[in-house]
Amino acid sequence: MPDSILLQPETVAVETPAQPVVLFEHVSLRFDGPPVLEDVSFRVEKGETRILLGPAGVGKSVLLKLANGILRPDSGRIFLFGEEITAMPEDELLKMRMRTGMVFQEGALFDSLTVRDNVGYQLMEQHLPIDQIDQRVHEALRFVELEHTYEMLPASLSGGMRRRVAIARAIINQPELLLYDSPTGGLDPVTSTTIDELIIKERDVYGTPSLLVTHRLQDAFTMATHRFDSEKGEMVPLPQGQINALTSFLVLHQGRLIFDGSTEALVGSDDPFLKEFLA
Amino acid sequence: MAFALDQIDSLAKRMLFAVQEYTLFCWQGVSSLFRAPHYWADIMTQCDLIGVGSLPIVVLTGFFTGGVLALQSAASLAQFGAQAYTGRFVSLSMIRELAPVLTGLMVSGRNASGMASELGSMVVTEQIDAMRALGTDPMKKLVSPRVLATVVMLFLLTIVSDTLGTAGGAFVAVVISKQNGTQFFTSAYQALGYDDIAQGLTKPLFFGFIIATVGCFFGMKTSGGTQGVGRSTTQAVVVSSVLIIFGDFILSRALLWLYSGV
Repeated sequence: MPDSILLQPETVAVETPAQPVVLFEHVSLRFDGPPVLEDVSFRVEKGETRILLGPAGVGKSVLLKLANGILRPDSGRIFLFGEEITAMPEDELLKMRMRTGMVFQEGALFDSLTVRDNVGYQLMEQHLPIDQIDQRVHEALRFVELEHTYEMLPASLSGGMRRRVAIARAIINQPELLLYDSPTGGLDPVTSTTIDELIIKERDVYGTPSLLVTHRLQDAFTMATHRFDSEKGEMVPLPQGQINALTSFLVLHQGRLIFDGSTEALVGSDDPFLKEFLA
Repeated sequence: MAFALDQIDSLAKRMLFAVQEYTLFCWQGVSSLFRAPHYWADIMTQCDLIGVGSLPIVVLTGFFTGGVLALQSAASLAQFGAQAYTGRFVSLSMIRELAPVLTGLMVSGRNASGMASELGSMVVTEQIDAMRALGTDPMKKLVSPRVLATVVMLFLLTIVSDTLGTAGGAFVAVVISKQNGTQFFTSAYQALGYDDIAQGLTKPLFFGFIIATVGCFFGMKTSGGTQGVGRSTTQAVVVSSVLIIFGDFILSRALLWLYSGV
């Protein structure tokens, strides 16, 4: 059994959790046909990174949209920052979403806006001074190492660059929760590693709690077994046998949450589906 | 028999549900106009895209429709020795009926489809969800500006079409039918009453609302990828065009009763 280490973020101290950032209580949802999610319960605590695994089409993205109030459940309750959002009016939800950052599967950049306007969208909506917007857009783009794309349109970016711009857009307002929807889906391994590195950098530098959806095991385990080295400016593996204790796993299968626990528990599980999935 | 009844039952429910959804959508679109934040820049952009962008087709349609009306009516009226009434016929037809309806149909073909495809593409690429995730209400940012811009611009485009239609009729009457221009315009002017102009300018307000809400509704309800975008676009044009024609009939009846008591 490997030893766990608790990585302290470099700028934000992890406090003892008072109330979870996200809390799902017996959430179920169906569209036309069988239930997409059935009796799903879990929580995301402050400073935690929770990785949601599962085969394609199992309802992972739906769960992420429920967490941000973009979809509403048929039954059960969802809490975000301690407030119940299950039946919250849209106007209040919009304010609540200003506190979260979301990275969509294909980036979901506004294709008629430049990278600058995409990344600075939330700040422009808040009518901040242009100088301040420009400065913060440059900072966010510097974080994802894409400062040179400032004036470009999304159509002229590669798939990986679009995801990185989407990450910059999600973090520009310093969110209290980050939601990643398959951020490496459809990317080549090298680009995927770059995205993983950015997510680890965000986790370790800012300590923002996050819920990350993926079906790529390699990404999931990279999160658990690497940390960001600020001095080197790159992601480095943790010493042999150590894992990040603030990174844990959820596994969805046929609409139900069949696993909720640490990396060690996931790897050591006797569940036949999990064994096959991890094989 | 039972199967047929089930089908009718299912179809009726689907149609009722669609009407309910459209009504709620319209209510949200209109009520968003009166709640902050207001996207004035987006409203101006849409006015430019819808109004200025549609100007060439409206000018051409209006001018040639007026011309055809003059051509056809002059020949018919000449049989009764009433060619002098060509101006009256053209102006009344254009201002009361043809300019609002044809302008509505032209703008519908150009803009209802544009709105459905633009918003539909945004839906299938999750840009609408991204907008909501960034704390912006798509109804306020995307739908309300289009509704307001279409209503205002269709009203103005109809006035352009009225003017160009009358001018087209005058051109044909004078150049082809060799009528007196002063006689044409005097006849056209004298025939028009306040109620005719009020009728002609009330209709585009409704037609503009139909075009924008139907285009946005089908766009925002798009599902099924690029094929779904194509389907939404087609449905938006068909439904808005049919509603304009149907609405024209209802409005004509109501306005005739209101102004003339007929």
